[in-house]
This record gives sequence, structure tokens and C-alpha cells, in this order.
Amino acid sequence: MGWLISLRMIAAEDILSLTGLIMLLVAAWGGDKTARALTWLGVAALATAAWFTVPALCHDVMGQEASAFFGQYSADSFAAYSKLLIYIAAAASLLVAPSFFERQGQMRAEYPLLIVFAVVGMGLMVSATNLLTLYIGLELNSLAAYVLAASSRGDNRSAEAGLKYFVLGALASGILLFGMSLTYGFAGTTSFEGIRAVLHGGLSTGALFGLTFMLAGLAFKVSAVPFHMWTPDVYEGAPTPVTTFFATAPKVAALSLTMRVALFAFGEHVQVWQQIVVFVAVASIIVGALGAIGQGNIKRLLAYSSINNVGFILIGLATGTPSGAAAMLVYLAIYVAMSVGGFVAVLMLRDAEGNQIEAISDIAGLSRTQPLLAGALAMVMFSLAGIPPLFGFWGKFVVFQAAVAAGMVPIAVIAIVGSVPAAFYYLKVVKVMYFDEPAGKAAGRGDAVHIALLCLSMVAISPLGYLASGWLGGLAKAAADALFHAA
Amino acid sequence: MNGFPILSLMMAVPLVLSIVCLFVDGRTARVLALAATLIDFALGLVLWSHYQVGGAQWQFTERAPLFAGFQWALGIDGIALVLIMLTVFLMPICIGASWNSIEKRVPEYMAAFLFMETLMIGVFTAQDIYLFYIMFEAGLIPMYLIIGVWGGKDRIYASYKFFLYTLLGSVLMLIAMMWMVNEAGTTDVPTLMAYNFPVAAQKWLWLAFFASFAVKMPMWPVHTWLPDAHVQAPTAGSVILAGVLLKMGGYGFIRFSLPMFPEASAYFAPLIFALSMVAVVYTSLVALVQHDMKKLIAYSSVAHMGIVTIGLFAFNRQGLEGSVVVMLSHGLVAGALFLCVGVIYDRLHTREIDRYGGIAINMPQYAVLFMLFTMASVGLPGTSGFVGEFLSMIGIYQLSSWVALVSGTGIILGAAYMLYLYRRVVFGVQKNPDAAAMPDLDLRELAMLGAMAAVVMWMGVYPETFIAPIRADIATLDARLAQAKPKGDGQLTANGFPVQGWTVTAGSAR
Repeated sequence: MGWLISLRMIAAEDILSLTGLIMLLVAAWGGDKTARALTWLGVAALATAAWFTVPALCHDVMGQEASAFFGQYSADSFAAYSKLLIYIAAAASLLVAPSFFERQGQMRAEYPLLIVFAVVGMGLMVSATNLLTLYIGLELNSLAAYVLAASSRGDNRSAEAGLKYFVLGALASGILLFGMSLTYGFAGTTSFEGIRAVLHGGLSTGALFGLTFMLAGLAFKVSAVPFHMWTPDVYEGAPTPVTTFFATAPKVAALSLTMRVALFAFGEHVQVWQQIVVFVAVASIIVGALGAIGQGNIKRLLAYSSINNVGFILIGLATGTPSGAAAMLVYLAIYVAMSVGGFVAVLMLRDAEGNQIEAISDIAGLSRTQPLLAGALAMVMFSLAGIPPLFGFWGKFVVFQAAVAAGMVPIAVIAIVGSVPAAFYYLKVVKVMYFDEPAGKAAGRGDAVHIALLCLSMVAISPLGYLASGWLGGLAKAAADALFHAA
Repeated sequence: MNGFPILSLMMAVPLVLSIVCLFVDGRTARVLALAATLIDFALGLVLWSHYQVGGAQWQFTERAPLFAGFQWALGIDGIALVLIMLTVFLMPICIGASWNSIEKRVPEYMAAFLFMETLMIGVFTAQDIYLFYIMFEAGLIPMYLIIGVWGGKDRIYASYKFFLYTLLGSVLMLIAMMWMVNEAGTTDVPTLMAYNFPVAAQKWLWLAFFASFAVKMPMWPVHTWLPDAHVQAPTAGSVILAGVLLKMGGYGFIRFSLPMFPEASAYFAPLIFALSMVAVVYTSLVALVQHDMKKLIAYSSVAHMGIVTIGLFAFNRQGLEGSVVVMLSHGLVAGALFLCVGVIYDRLHTREIDRYGGIAINMPQYAVLFMLFTMASVGLPGTSGFVGEFLSMIGIYQLSSWVALVSGTGIILGAAYMLYLYRRVVFGVQKNPDAAAMPDLDLRELAMLGAMAAVVMWMGVYPETFIAPIRADIATLDARLAQAKPKGDGQLTANGFPVQGWTVTAGSAR
């Protein structure tokens, strides 16, 4: 396995890192007026990277043939699937940004740049087959994300979000690193393949501690309960395009990473970590459902919604089966579509002066003044609540199907009952828009890019999405098979 | 008719026109909605005329692989047929009832109703268990909006209550369905209906389905959403709620709970009897003291549905047949009663019983039709109500004379509260001048109520038209249930004495 072949296998990361460096130079010399051009350059780089990623997804690449840099990195179907989702989410967050930031003043050139670097980090995360690659990817992503959260420098809430995210994120990284060092100490290797082989016989107490700490660190990154406290504050404080990004791409990356660690490196010890994941999943569903009820800010509400959704995705992980992993991947794809749709709709909520509207009470009667926007937001809400015939139902459906097939009926029952209080607050948004008298504040406005993105995500989560469910399921299954190739 | 996808067509017509409705103005939307529902009614008549009584159990079947293991599987038996007929008959009337009374956001209203129609037909025709679930659950969205946007003063509370109650019931059913599909390896409803699930699992599965259907039905004590929803919903919403949505619960028991889990059904039959008997007596008494006309009729619905559930779990043909007929009859009669309330509500904008009185003087036509539906609700011979209740009571009596006695009380109380309502509204002195000034029925109202009256009388005089299609299917279901029949005191022991007690013994549940 020569260097050149390895470099070709990481083509997507090559392109993105090089583009990122070029963008850095352009930004340094050109200043903020290049921001819009850089945004499009970033989108083009993401599209090119996606073009290099697609073949791996279509051809069931797995195991040794996907391995690059001597087992440090894997360009298998699983990584390709997650990366495509990350690229789509990142491209959406790039596209919605210019009109948002330009309303607040000049858009900063750092924004597209940081997104691209974060995406490189996330690409490494989902491809990592070694604890060190994992950590480098995670930190690259996190450092970019901390800065992004604080990127509205005139806004105190943004600074608060950045600081909170940084302090707690650093703590979580520390916990993760501690777990990794324990694992290394007891397994004697940092490679996932090696860990799997060494721990074949059984898990020593030390390695178990390592695994637990790693899961705790990762639970922070996916904002699962009990490590979710930062999420509402960061989502609320960060500028909305950044929140769009946080709610989608890093979730995909961190969940994929968790899947690779749990299902591959520790894949023979499912019964050991299962109870941890079950607890985290059920707690996330319940806290996500109950925490949102009192929220008056739609971004905070969507933050709790993402906690709730992560809980459902983790139910798939808790099964420890290939069908559970495939269900997670399907759910992730649908979740990205719903979140992008939801946040783009939120971005389009503006008052008469063009300022962003975030309070739920301000969108009262939106269905009279802006029927299409209200309809879109209502679709997102019903879809997040998992009400058929919207496509959000399909995500919950596959996850619960996997759970039932794995014999976890009680967990499935608890989780699905937990989705009922969640439906309550999704309905609240619909109620405010449809049943209440118009507050006369919202005068939704968005440029063509917003409308195009909103339309795309609406098509994806509408019942038309079911037409793609067979195809999506096939891709997810190929990706999950790549993850389980050693089993 | 072979091979022509008439069921899909019946679902497609309202769906397509509901989308069209969203993009036109109110006046056009009304016409389009009426056209769509009338086309569906015509298609329903075609369906009925081509349905072969005594033919195959499942007719007009359509099978097409859809996606990811789902099938677009449709097909009807006689029970589904009569319920579809009920749906397509009530829908044009609902549109007619909303013609003038709905003034705001007419296109959305009509779109929601047409979408409901697609889903209701879908529920009764689905032959894939997940397809059924999707149709069953998707109905929440339009109904939530109908109650919430076009409803009365407390519409928001009522819409939430409706949505969350029903959702909680159905999500448990979803998990049960997944387990069943996992166990049986098929999503095909007819196959599952013949599948013998392990008895221990049946009990859990039965409870999960019960959670859903009992809320939908609704059974005491989870009926409390119904009075709220009925009172707050617009007239047409109440009609469709009482006429069709409640029937989904009963249909669910017939299609899923009874044939799929016969042993568990026998095991839990005493629970059903207990809850239903409480419902019959308690809600009848509650109905007696209501001041709000819609609330009164809503509580009477719960009482009637109690008789349906007892009849279903009586495990004999008269009980099952009677229950289906009560469902049909109640769909018509309760729908018609809500329309009657709607008629005077449109004139006076109040549902308070005390605000009316003596309107027989100024509204004689209305008084006659209202009388007919009141009598049908009470179960007077010659109306549809009698046939169903009579059959059910025969079935229930065979099971247990005590249960029959208590259910009979409900019928007597039913006569009390309905006649009391009628007397207070229609007879007496005209104490309220604006009630006395109300004009009689106009042509539109006369057409709607007249059509319903005709069907109610038809069903009362010649019920065979409606019983013939369901007879064979009830017999099939009865044969399936025969292996788990609860013993009742209506049966005689070998030496001629009644069997003591009506509870199911462990032995009869295999």
C-alpha cells in the first residue's frame, strides 16, 4: 500500500484541505469582500469531494481494499455514505449563510473557510480506523466549530455560545482522550482492527473503563443525555446558519464515528455497551421530549428536538445488529433533510425590517400571511413528530423495526411512548402558526437559494420521499455491511 | 370489473382534487370538493353493484410492490364494503354541511376533508398492515387542523387532546405490528388473519391493538377526548368523526384483534364487557344532564359504541353482525343528528339546549326529520337503529343475560335522554323570540337530511341489503373465533340448567 495509492483514496479530504488552504490565502489577502465567492468555492469543493466519494458507496468497498495509510483510514462504503450526508449538510449551511450575515453587516470570509476545515475533520472522523486519526479528525472539527459558534462577534449570545461550547467541548475531548489512552493501555494498539483482535477473548475492566469514557466523550459530541446541557444554549446563541450546520453535519459525523467504535472496534462486546447506549438513548428521548415543552425560542426547541432525534438514532445503535446500523443511517439521512428544511424555514422568518424572528409567539398566524412558508414549517414539525405519511415516520419506523427484530420490544415501547410528548411541542408550533390570530410580525423573506433549499428538503420529507426509501435503504445496507465486514 | 383498480381510483380522486383545491379560491374549492365526493360516491355505487355477494372473500384486490418490503395491497370484503359505502355517502353531505357555515380559509378546509376521505377509504381497503397503519395514523393531521382551525372556542385544547390521545394509542399498535411482521414474516393482512400467534404473545399484542382501537372507538375510560372534539369541531367535522372515524376502532377490532388474536380476545372479553357496560350506563347518565346538544350526542355515541364492543366480543354471529349494523346505523344517525344540531346552530349560533324550545311551530319539516333521527337513535322498529340493536342484544343475551340486562338499560336510558332532548328543543313554549323566528330548512339542508332519512328508513325496513354483503365474512370470522369461545350463562348445560357465571374460564382460552 503505497503513499500514492493512499493519497488517492483520501481524494475527498485532499481536495477539501487544499481548497481550504487556498481559501485561507484568498481570505487573508482579499478580506471579507471575497466571502461570497469563497462560499461558492466551498460549495464547489464539497461537490467535487462528493463526486470522488460516490464510487465507494456504489461499489460496496470494505475492509482491506478500503484501507489507506496502513490502517489509519478507511474509505469504505460506510464512510462514503456518512461523508455524502456531511457534504450535503455543509453545502446547505454554506448556501444559506451569505444573505443572513450580510443583513447583520459584512459577511466574514472565515465562515466558509471554517466550514470547509470542519468538514475535513468530519471526513477524517467517519473514515477513522485508528484512535489517533479519530482524535485528529474530531479536534479539527471541534476547533472549527468553536470559532463558528462565536462568529457573530457583535452578539453576546454568540460569544457565550462559543465559550460554552469550547469549555465543555474541551472537557469532553479530555474524557474521550482519557478513554482512548486506557483502551490503548489495555489493548496495546490504537488501530480498531487491532483492538478488535486483542479484545477478542473478553473485555478487561480497564478496557471497559476505556470504552465507557470514550462513549461518554462521544455522547457529548452527539449531544445525548446526560451530556446534552450545552446544546440549547449553543443552538440559540450561534448564528442560525451555524446552528443549521451544528444540527446536521457534526451529528452525522459523531454518530458514524460512534458506530464504528462501538460496532467495529468493540463489536464483539455488544452486550457490554448495550445497556449504556440503551440508557443514553431512552434518556435522550425523554429529556428531548420534555425539555422542549417550555421553550419559547424556536431554535432552542429545535435543539431539544435534535436531542430527541439522537435518542431515536441511538436505539438503532443499541440493537448492535447490521439492520440496526442501516436503520440509523437511514434515519440520519432523513434527519438531515428535516433539519435543513426546518432551519432554512427558520432563517426565512423575518420581520418587516428583515430581522430574524426566533420567538415562537412571533410567528402566530403565519399561515395567513405566509401560507407556503407556514406549510413547509408545519410539514417539518409533523415529520419530526414522525406522523405518517411524512417521511420522518420512515426513519422512526426502520429504527423501531430493527429494535423489534433484535428482541428489544420493551425499549421500543418506552421510546415510542416517549415520542408522544415530543409530538406535543411540534404541534405547538403548528398551533401557533395555524390556530392563533396573526401577530403581524413575520414577513417571511428569503432569496432564491433559501427557497430552492426549502423546496428540495420539502420534496425529500414529503410522501414522495418514500419513493426513495428502497434506494436509500439499499445504500444504508451496503454501508452497514461495510461496517460489519469483519463479523 | 376484473383488474380495474377501482379502489385506487376512489382514493386518487379526492387526493388529486384536494391538492388542486389548495390553489383555487373558496367558491371553486367548494364546487371541486362536492364534485370529488360525488364522483367517489358514484364509484362507490359501482363498487357495490360489482361486489359479488357469496363470491371470494377478498374482492377488487390490488397488489403492487411499493418500496422496501411494502405493498400497495388493497382489497375489500363485505364489512369493508359497507363501511366504504358509509364513508362515500357521508362525504358529500359533509361538504354540503360546510357550504355556507365555513367562511374562512375554504380551500384549505375542503382540501383537508378530501384528504381525509382518501385516508378513510385507505383504512378500510388496506391489505398491508403497515399501509393500514399509515392511513390510520395520517388521518390525525387533517383532523387536527379541522378541529383546530375551524373549530369553536376551546378548539385548541380539543385538538391537542384528540391528537395526543389517538397518537399514544396507535404508537403501541405500531410496535405490535412490527413484532407480528417479524414473527409471521409477512405484512399481508389476510395471511396474518389466519396466522396463529403464540397465546402468551397474543395477550400483549391484543393489549397494544386495544390501546389504539379503544381510544379510537372510544371506550370508557379513554373516551374523554370525544365530547371535547365533537363540541369544538365544525358540524361536518363532527359528522365525519362520529360517522366514520369512530368506526375505524370497531373495524380494527373486527379486522385485527378478533381474527388475529382469538384466544387473547376470549381472555380479555370480560374486560371489554366490564368497560363497555360502564360506558353504556355511565355515559347514558352523563348524556342525560348535558346542556350542550353536541355533547349530549357525543356521549350517546360512546354509549352506542359500548353496545358495539359487547356485541363484537359476544363471539357469536348475531353479536358480530349486529355490531356491524349498529356501526353503520350509528354512523348515519349520529351524523344526521350532528347535522340537525348544525342546522339550528347555523341560525342561532348556540348549542345550549335552553336557548331553543317550541321550534316545531316555526320549523315543522325540521321537527319531523329530527324526530325520525331521534327515533332511529333510540332504536324504534322501522329505523336502522332497531335492526342493529336487536341483533346485538340477541347476540349478547346468548352470551350472558346479565350483560344483556345492563346493555338493555343503556337502550332505555338512550330513549330517555334523546326524547328529553327532543322535547326541550322542539316542543314546549317558544320562550326565545329569536329561536321562534328561525326559518325552516332550505333546499340544501332538506336534501342532505332527506337523503340520510331515506337510508335510515331503508336500513330499518329492509336491512338485508346491508346484511347480505357482510354475512359470509361474519361467518368466516365466527368460525375463526369458534376455537376460543367464552362460555356464557345463556347456554344450557347438558342437564338443562344455565351455566353459572359469564366469565371466561381458563380452559376456554385453550
